[in-house]
Amino acid sequence: MNRRSHFKFHLYVAGDAPNSAKAIANLATFCRTHLAERYEIEIVDVFREPKRALAEGIFMTPTLIALTPPPVRRIVGTLSHTQTVLLALGLVGLAE
Amino acid sequence: MKSLPPPRVSATHKVPTGIAGFDEITGGGLPRGRTTLLVGGPGSGKTILALQFLAHGARDCAEPGIFVAFEESSQRIVANAESFGWNLAALQKKKLFFLDAQPPPDLIQSGDFDLGGMLAGLDAQIKSMGARRIVFDALDVVLALLSDPATRRQEIYRLHAWLLARELTGIITAKAGGDEDSNASQQPFGFMQFMVDCAVILNHNVVQGVSHRNLRVQKYRGSSFDENESPFLIGASGLVVDAAHARVRVDAKVSNERVSSGVERLDTMLGGGYYRGASILITGFSGTAKTTLSGAFAEAACRRGEHTLFVSFDSDRNEVIRNLASVGIRLDQYIDNGSLRMISARSIAGSAETYLVRIQTLAKEHGARCVVIDPVSTWYKSANDLAAQSVADRLIDWSKGDGITMVCTSLLDEMSNQTDSGSPLQISTLADTWIHLSYLMQAGERNRGLSIVKSRGTAHSNQVRELILSDTGVTLTDTYTAGGEVLMGTLRWEKERAERVAAEAAEANAKLKRVKLDAEEAELEVRLKSLQTELVAKQLEKELLVRSIQSHEGELSRGRTQMKELRGADATNAADKKDSP
Repeated sequence: MNRRSHFKFHLYVAGDAPNSAKAIANLATFCRTHLAERYEIEIVDVFREPKRALAEGIFMTPTLIALTPPPVRRIVGTLSHTQTVLLALGLVGLAE
Repeated sequence: MKSLPPPRVSATHKVPTGIAGFDEITGGGLPRGRTTLLVGGPGSGKTILALQFLAHGARDCAEPGIFVAFEESSQRIVANAESFGWNLAALQKKKLFFLDAQPPPDLIQSGDFDLGGMLAGLDAQIKSMGARRIVFDALDVVLALLSDPATRRQEIYRLHAWLLARELTGIITAKAGGDEDSNASQQPFGFMQFMVDCAVILNHNVVQGVSHRNLRVQKYRGSSFDENESPFLIGASGLVVDAAHARVRVDAKVSNERVSSGVERLDTMLGGGYYRGASILITGFSGTAKTTLSGAFAEAACRRGEHTLFVSFDSDRNEVIRNLASVGIRLDQYIDNGSLRMISARSIAGSAETYLVRIQTLAKEHGARCVVIDPVSTWYKSANDLAAQSVADRLIDWSKGDGITMVCTSLLDEMSNQTDSGSPLQISTLADTWIHLSYLMQAGERNRGLSIVKSRGTAHSNQVRELILSDTGVTLTDTYTAGGEVLMGTLRWEKERAERVAAEAAEANAKLKRVKLDAEEAELEVRLKSLQTELVAKQLEKELLVRSIQSHEGELSRGRTQMKELRGADATNAADKKDSP
């Protein structure tokens, strides 16, 4: 993983459910801290776009899909464990 | 269902599952617009039951359904269910939707989550297809990902509320340990059982190496239901539950009609044959012609044109046919014309319940009016006493309810005392007619004896008869009873012959005596005749004598008169007056 990689996220949320709101906030904080200026977030509300969620196989909300850089990864939950997210995105070591 | 007392939740508020027996237990199916929890151990049939519920709705009730698969992939579920002939692939286009909701193996989790996403997606799907039924299969899989019981509980509440709000008839399946006690206490399903309107527990136990499946409706709000464990099996076209008939049946039809036992003299002994719809038990040791007797019954039934089911646990179909043909019972023709169906159950492995349900299914398929089960004692081996007993009870209950005349044979233990003729299954108390076959050992022979131990509602002979098998058929003969002993076989034959000889001798003697008497009589008659002749001669002689005396006297008197005349005496007249009277 090189330092220049651009991260593209889709975050599926269930309206303003507590877990989803937490995830939005956590993702924003995370990106600002670790991926300054090289990220892009699209927030998808499953209530507004249920077909898309179904097609995408989103069953648990919130679900974060990291589209780039490959491979595509899915992270479920409020993203409250930063260490797990870093590990999943291959950013371990870069954080220090 | 009409015979049931009106339940608080009427049948129209129930959704039929299409599972034979299950709808009877629940009085019509699952509660409409409510949630049912299906709890069971691994391989207990949860998925199949749920899938059958959906398939029935989609195919027969115009109620499209959605299957949410948390554990197995939908392709595998469809493929696995292929053998049941529900044709899921065709239904899948419009009426059946499978949602693959298995958590991916590489799922990364960070923090808590909820099922809102899935429910939103499902909402859209429900709207587009008009789904009325939904199944969440293996909800425990996804709940296991949640960190604490409180969150789990919250998600269950969310799901439940969601289902209720949409008035979907739902099934949630969840795994549970094998025994029921642990189910109730197991979180979070223990609490789920309180929450839902209907809970069904599936069990799959192994008792003495034999698998037993049963299900039990644990609760059903607002409705009466069968609270007992009901055995079920996974048959060729899905689940078949053995519902106890007692709840549904009002009264068995009682018939006065008699059906032949297939042995003429046995019919006579029973005062005309078995009652239609009766349960007949034939007990005996091995080789006492139990099968033959039941075969005769089957043949007679087929001859009357009644559909008959013959279940043999002992031998193969063809063996039974061949063996019975040797005593003049020809079943092959009836198999050919379709009135007889023979099942060799030796190949079927399973519990007594399995057998029972299979027999019921087959009998229903075949439209059988007469059923032969040879022998039921096999169940005793394949199940524990209690299970076998309950199966036997249900078997009789079922046959009576359907008006089926049933002949069961029961093998008695060779080692048990001959006089103790109780059937191990204790069907004997339930059976209407109990025929006992026994051996009598005498003079180096074994002969078969038949006696009627009981026969409800019919006068019956109290005698032991000898059962004789020959290549022309089965028949009974009177046994020779004399001096307090019962003779059979050669002894009876000998005794009968000796009697015949004795009778002949006596007859000859009588003849001889008669001849002798005739002779004596004739002789006497002859003597009588000669004496008579003699008598006549004597009489003549006597007459002659009298006459000669008279003439002599006449001569004398004449002489005297002449003399007097000659003498010219005076006293002639006086003398004449004195002499002549």
